[in-house]
Amino acid sequence: MPLSSRHLLGLRDVPRGDIQEILDTAASFREVLERPIKKVPTLQGKTIVNLFYESSTRTRISFDLAERRLSADVVHFTSDTSSVKKGETLRDTARNLEAMKIDMIVVRHSAAGAAKFLSEVVSASVVNAGDGAHEHPTQALLDMYTLREKFGSLEGLKVCILGDIAHSRVARSNIHGLLTMGAKVSVCGPRTLIPREIGSMGVEVFDHVEEAIRDADAVNVLRIQLERMERAYFPSIREYHALYGLTEDRLRKAKSHTVVLHPGPINRDVELSADVADGERSLILRQVLNGVAVRMAVLYLIGTGT
Amino acid sequence: MKVKSRVLDHTGFERSLTRLAHEILEKNRGSESIVIVGIVTRGEHLARRLAAKIQDIEHRELRIGFIDITLYRDDLRGKPTQPILRGTDIHFDITDKNVILVDDVLYTGRTVRAALDELVDLGRPATIQLAVLVDRGHRELPIRADYVGKNIPTSRNEEVRVMMSETDGEDAVLLLESEGGDA
Repeated sequence: MPLSSRHLLGLRDVPRGDIQEILDTAASFREVLERPIKKVPTLQGKTIVNLFYESSTRTRISFDLAERRLSADVVHFTSDTSSVKKGETLRDTARNLEAMKIDMIVVRHSAAGAAKFLSEVVSASVVNAGDGAHEHPTQALLDMYTLREKFGSLEGLKVCILGDIAHSRVARSNIHGLLTMGAKVSVCGPRTLIPREIGSMGVEVFDHVEEAIRDADAVNVLRIQLERMERAYFPSIREYHALYGLTEDRLRKAKSHTVVLHPGPINRDVELSADVADGERSLILRQVLNGVAVRMAVLYLIGTGT
Repeated sequence: MKVKSRVLDHTGFERSLTRLAHEILEKNRGSESIVIVGIVTRGEHLARRLAAKIQDIEHRELRIGFIDITLYRDDLRGKPTQPILRGTDIHFDITDKNVILVDDVLYTGRTVRAALDELVDLGRPATIQLAVLVDRGHRELPIRADYVGKNIPTSRNEEVRVMMSETDGEDAVLLLESEGGDA
């Protein structure tokens, strides 16, 4: 079944059927990743440009691997080594790339709405790899895939998102996606980092970590994004860790099956303690593995669905 | 499409399968080195049946897997409807095995081409042998079957439908033709 859109810009308006289709398809690609030859010829002849205006290691490598494992031709573009330095606009860059006959653009940009803007000025399909504090749909999809793999279903699953909700595109995409799939979502963090409109999204807000994780099946710990904080939202890193850091002690009071996710990169002993990051409940490396399969699914469904 | 003729009924279907099983065992001198791989979705139940027949004769377990060739198709571009990806499910190493690839109908050979490409990405089998219930002709690639249940000469505007009790309530092979003979 083809997806209802030829772009993936965010999860906000993506219907349940589409998310289901992406997660189901990703399961097939997980099998491909276990093969001796981890490559299928599906996107042969398609050209994908990875347009990264913001630094990224995990997401860029994950997309790159996903594209290559689908046999697409891949071109990389990073803003610090390109004509952006000479003052070229996003629109002009994109149109020039398109003149070179490309089929898909994977874009990361510090401005919210950059992916949507791009989809309106080019005819190629656009996949959002993170736009400002807006959305990061493939990260949320891989989080959901990892949870579904662990628990079998997302329906009724209780997921707590812990940390800097206000600056987090990962949180936003997760909230939209999880609610669409029937999960119960709560958030916890300093009030200065919880957006005001959160109540209208159908999400419960907790001030204390202990309370927030007590009933949760999964805790998705967000990175404290020091680079996005133009002013002080909390007194110090040490205080943040003392009040909101996820530690073994705190987890002991959660359910015995509660798992921990983190989109990376981890600030060890800031948002979560090192022993939790490396502990038995951590699904962090599983997320990384599943990320390639989920991105293959998205690129496959968008790249072959006309 | 309307039914032009009933090519095989339940008895004929069973006889063909039994003969295929014996031919496979004869050529491979028993079932020791062979594994069965059915092409999803229509070859899936046929592969299970064939494996059951061989096991009945040999009294030993056979390994069976399923291959979804969607990712290897040559017509993914420009296809109006996106095929559903069901996934390949082969939980054993096919290297140095004699792989019996099973499908219901052999027609243009393009599905088998895709399956061959996928199989060699999964390992390096000693041989790949093709078993089909029906060969209807009209090959577009240099591919032939090693084991054929029934050869049915057809025209291109006809369709061969293999029905199986698991999915269709009965075992039968029907020859259908498009109404009014258009195409």
